[in-house]
Amino acid sequence: MGNNILVVAETDDGAVKKTAFELLGKAKALAASTGGAVHAVLIGDGDAASLGAYGASTVHHASGAAFSHYNPAAWTSAVQGAIAASDAGVVLAAAGPQVRDGFARLAARLGAGLATEVTELRAEGGAVVGRRPQFAGKAFSDVVIRSAVALFTVRPNSFGVPEAGGGSASVSALAAGGDSKEKVVGSEEPSSDVVDLTEAERIVSGGRAVKSAENFDKLIRPLAASIGATPGASRAAVDAGYAPHNEQVGQTGKVVNPSLYIACGISGAIQHLAGMRTSKVIVAINKDPEAPIFQHATYGIVGDIFDICPMLTAELESA
Amino acid sequence: MKIGVLLKQVPASDSRIKIADPQRGVALDDVKWEINPYDEFALEAALALLDAKVASDVVLLTVGGADTEQRIRDGLARGATAAVRLDDAAFGGSDCLGVSRILAAAVKAEGITLVFAGKQAIDGDNAQVPAMVAELLGWGYVGEVDQLEVTGAGAKAWRAAGGGARDVVEVGLPAVIGCDKGLNQPRYASLKGIMMAKRKKIDVKGAGAIGVDAGSVGASAALVSETNWGEPPARPPGRVLQGDDAARVKALVAALRDEVKVI
Ligand SMILES: Cc1cc2nc3c(=O)[nH]c(=O)nc-3n(C[C@H](O)[C@H](O)[C@H](O)COP(=O)(O)OP(=O)(O)OC[C@H]3O[C@@H](n4cnc5c(N)ncnc54)[C@H](O)[C@@H]3O)c2cc1C
Ligand SMILES: Nc1ncnc2c1ncn2[C@@H]1O[C@H](COP(=O)(O)O)[C@@H](O)[C@H]1O
Repeated sequence: MGNNILVVAETDDGAVKKTAFELLGKAKALAASTGGAVHAVLIGDGDAASLGAYGASTVHHASGAAFSHYNPAAWTSAVQGAIAASDAGVVLAAAGPQVRDGFARLAARLGAGLATEVTELRAEGGAVVGRRPQFAGKAFSDVVIRSAVALFTVRPNSFGVPEAGGGSASVSALAAGGDSKEKVVGSEEPSSDVVDLTEAERIVSGGRAVKSAENFDKLIRPLAASIGATPGASRAAVDAGYAPHNEQVGQTGKVVNPSLYIACGISGAIQHLAGMRTSKVIVAINKDPEAPIFQHATYGIVGDIFDICPMLTAELESA
Repeated sequence: MKIGVLLKQVPASDSRIKIADPQRGVALDDVKWEINPYDEFALEAALALLDAKVASDVVLLTVGGADTEQRIRDGLARGATAAVRLDDAAFGGSDCLGVSRILAAAVKAEGITLVFAGKQAIDGDNAQVPAMVAELLGWGYVGEVDQLEVTGAGAKAWRAAGGGARDVVEVGLPAVIGCDKGLNQPRYASLKGIMMAKRKKIDVKGAGAIGVDAGSVGASAALVSETNWGEPPARPPGRVLQGDDAARVKALVAALRDEVKVI
């Protein structure tokens, strides 16, 4: 396989997801060292030509009814087709449920090495090397893949979205489809339209200290809304029924990577840290000055969340 | 119906992980080992079908050395009916695809029609094996499942679809299901279960017994290698804000806006 880099660009409701731009920015920088070109495979309806502004020279576009819901056969055949058409040796995609599913299937089908959730990528001796957290972020290692095609999934928000440039991409339609053994018979939309935790730029989380679901709605959700953040929760809060389990952050919840994480009444247990320790800025609000969360916080307020959170919400709303 | 549960032992989630040396990886000599938490959901899903008499057998499958037997016993004590430990000198150093080839061969050899696995093992945090096993077997697969109904012929599974949405997916058997938190509440072993587990036998099988090509697994076949181990990147030191509540709230907002520019 060649030294081109292929980026999997996902769409959401007819729009290209911003993780695609983030990956293209990285791919462009890598390709400058490895000497290849950057291709993209756009999955679903979206503006394929716009990917050129972020460094894609060619976009292989797979769209149509087969991509309205995740259909593993169609999805993997699209990416497989794009790998062949682009002569790619490295394929990048944002870590998320569909990519996790599709990339593992493709790796097994193609006999390709796969490294998941990398947070760094660099070019080394013409190859691309990843670095990824393991043991819930308690250790990191480089990952070197020696197969002809190397698959990497990247944790969202690892690199940031670059400025759009002036480039343009040539677009070619990709014939892809197929019947999956798995049939989507329904879908349930999230109850709110906030950004998913794993892709959120800002998160406000509540812990056991919140004491009830009503308080969670009164303290945490408005604070989150005031800065367009996604609400999260500790396991203690989830287990006690203050928040639904899909809002849990941590080792057995979501692993998040926002630029701002505000932890309200959360002690900072190692399993919670596992989910949010890579957040760029961490704010801790806790009445116990000895709470472990303060050791990881960029800014700490030793205080009562029942006093601080409403004041903070008001201050942010007026700011 | 015979159900297989892919069971891995991992360091307890509150373990301190230290780097042994940058090339060899982490020091795991004195960690406490547990069943991978997501595999507990997988086991519980299987045991519920055993209780409901949809399943006749629940077989635990572990790729690992003799040190994994305590965790396998724990699974037997909770109610699994049989266990196979997959162990062979040729298996050492397998990457995820190698482990999946071993497990897929074992699933076939055991005559299993439904496999439950965890969505992710919390040691390597790879989240690769269940989908790979399904692909190698040519079976259906639904991952990150937090709600499930199984009939004799198929399963209806609710899986994460990104952005907080869920897809409802139907899949015929044979199939592999990757289990997420929320699926169920894992049971503890009863005293009776613990006593009974002592009499259950853990079969140990190697490459020949399950019919996997030894050249396709192990270190020499691994496509992914890990080097240059290190601690997580250090965080810059933080600051506890001072003053009364109002002053600290104002200071925080100012810092977020002007200092780190995240709002
Ligand atoms: C296998 C396993 C997996 C796990 N996975 C996860 C996971 O994914 N995510 C997760 O979060 N946890 C997880 N845990 C649980 C974890 O160990 C902790 O129990 C949990 O994170 C504690 O949640 P908490 O911080 O909300 O509660 P606590 O630890 O009880 O902390 C509450 C904090 O609130 C403070 N407080 C109380 N009242 C107030 C007030 N009025 N104002 C301000 N501060 C106040 C207290 O000082 C305390 O620090 C896991 C555990 C295990 C064993
Ligand atoms: N060595 C192993 N033995 C048995 N099952 C495993 C093994 N490795 C992974 N699995 C299964 O695959 C799931 C995902 O693991 P991973 O892909 O390593 O994150 C785990 O939760 C287990 O169910």
